[in-house]
Amino acid sequence: MSVLVNEKTRLLVQGFTGREGTFHAQQMIEYGTNVVGGVTPGKGGSKHLERPVFNTVAEAAKATGANASVIFVPPAYAADAILEAADAGIALVVCITEGIPVMDMVRIASVVDFQKTRLIGPNCPGLISPGKCKIGIMPGRIHKQGNVGVVSRSGTLTYEAVDQLTGLGIGQSTCIGIGGDPIIGTPFLDAIKLFNEDPDTHAIILIGEIGGNAEEKAAEWIKANVKIPVVGFIAGQTAPPGRRMGHAGAIISGGQGTAKDKYAAMSAAGIRCVETPADLGSTVAAALQ
Amino acid sequence: MKIHEYQAKAILARYGVTTPRGEVAFTKEEALQAAQRLKSNICVVKAQIHAGGRGKGGGVKLARSAEEAADIAGHILGMKLVTPQTGPAGRIVKRVLIEEGLDIKRELYLGLLVDRASGRVVFMASAAGGMEIEELAKKDPSAILRETIHPAVGFEPYQTRKIAFRLGLPLEVVNYATPFLQALYRAFTDTDASLLEINPCVLTGDGKLVALDAKMTFDDNALFRHKELRELRDFDEEDPLEVEASKYGLNYIKLDGSVACMVNGAGLAMATMDIIKYAGGSPANFLDVGGGASSDQVKNAFRILMNDPAVKAVFINIFGGILRCDVLATGVVAAAKDLHLKVPVVVRMEGTNVEVGQQILRDSGLNFTIASDMKDGAQKVVNLAGGPR
Repeated sequence: MSVLVNEKTRLLVQGFTGREGTFHAQQMIEYGTNVVGGVTPGKGGSKHLERPVFNTVAEAAKATGANASVIFVPPAYAADAILEAADAGIALVVCITEGIPVMDMVRIASVVDFQKTRLIGPNCPGLISPGKCKIGIMPGRIHKQGNVGVVSRSGTLTYEAVDQLTGLGIGQSTCIGIGGDPIIGTPFLDAIKLFNEDPDTHAIILIGEIGGNAEEKAAEWIKANVKIPVVGFIAGQTAPPGRRMGHAGAIISGGQGTAKDKYAAMSAAGIRCVETPADLGSTVAAALQ
Repeated sequence: MKIHEYQAKAILARYGVTTPRGEVAFTKEEALQAAQRLKSNICVVKAQIHAGGRGKGGGVKLARSAEEAADIAGHILGMKLVTPQTGPAGRIVKRVLIEEGLDIKRELYLGLLVDRASGRVVFMASAAGGMEIEELAKKDPSAILRETIHPAVGFEPYQTRKIAFRLGLPLEVVNYATPFLQALYRAFTDTDASLLEINPCVLTGDGKLVALDAKMTFDDNALFRHKELRELRDFDEEDPLEVEASKYGLNYIKLDGSVACMVNGAGLAMATMDIIKYAGGSPANFLDVGGGASSDQVKNAFRILMNDPAVKAVFINIFGGILRCDVLATGVVAAAKDLHLKVPVVVRMEGTNVEVGQQILRDSGLNFTIASDMKDGAQKVVNLAGGPR
């Protein structure tokens, strides 16, 4: 099994005919994801990558029976694209776009019902259930089907962890990049809950970073509810306070959101913490023994 | 993006927030004229730098005449102001704000920020004005009042009254507080601010609320729709190498170590700094070259890293997802040749065509060390930079 995405996922691509949308749609199709069509306003009625293009998500959803959508539209229009997908009743919306103004997310977060519309991202690599379905920009070849759930705020760090696991012969159930922005649709806690309910996820890797307190919240819940091993890493132990480290959400402000605090909360919750990402794979292997 | 106090006050004034009368001055002469125009018995000379704690560092002074204000301005302009927030290097003061002195009865703290957990704007207030909010949060968190604002309805009068009454403001001020606080919220949302602090906001002898200080920080991701704000950027307040890097779309932050690093992805870039420290070294920078990492970008990144004289070795740590390692290696070799690179470079790369990429590095005849993984790379680069400290 896996969480959120599998063989039954029918995917739409918003921003289908753009450069990024085209490239990654092609990659997803090659991986075996069922891409049923795409949306580019003004290009409805045409074909792209042998799939139908629609003017609106509502039209596309009706015609294709899509149950998921991935967004590759530029930051100024991405919040609108999320709303459009939610309004069309798409159950899973994955927003890859980096650079969406925070105030746009504040506005849409107040109207989208995240219980009905599961939003992954924004500013994320997407998610993959190896061997079944890939939605996003991660390299498919490094993954292997199996039983470790990976959840992370960082794209390349996720690849790093997955590559180690696969190298050790350990597969993954689902890998979720939740995104590096301050306001995201699926914080750690929600992702951990999904993994905890999945009988085929036998261990979890949690890769956090400085900023906010989502790791602490997840740790508290893990302590009370999660029986399978959880391995954790926090990036930014050496980051100076008050500076935004690449991701919009990666900032220590007012003494809050330090790696030290997050490690303390995770250790207290029984999470196996590693000091460098180089040890993630081997620690999971040891935990699964 | 940060702006100066006088710039923030000008923005707030446009929204109807009362601020002290005042003018910015770049020279002693301008300061004299500004102070004369104020016609105030007491005026205040405030150093304008993008860091707090200016008063503690001697950057805020009272003057009893225009001439005294000019003398103080002459002293502050050009001085190296060191505050708890600037670090020991301090900042050179290039602008001062000359303001009227006020009859202060009470000092309050007012602030707005985007709360990540609720995804809403939160208004914060405290009766302990002048005190750093971080300090107060540690000492007495219950003394900070919070109101969460729904974006659809905005900052409701019942919320502003709640704050005003709990701050213990006199009744006639409570009524006047609603438009004042609402104006702050409007200024915050209209400008896509990420932080707005009025510390202190003062209650004057004649019963007025005045923003005595103002700090505004804006969401970089929203600057595309605020041309007027982009013009307020003061490059003198930023590290020159960081300014240079931003021109090429590189995310670079200068630190004080000796091991430079070039990484793709923000999380991996932070983790690379961490692993350098873990191996006993100290990172010279944060640098995320992004997912594309074209050969031009690699070259510009190298050039910026090499402009930091403290750098003794470079660690390139790339996890190529889509990126091909042979393309990356070709770019690295070309850049190293062009720039006559003197320091050792350790390369760790992972991704498509990794063997071809490594061969290109080996065949280049340049001083490259190839690492098998991140940990190996960190150890090698720290040794090449002079060993663990």
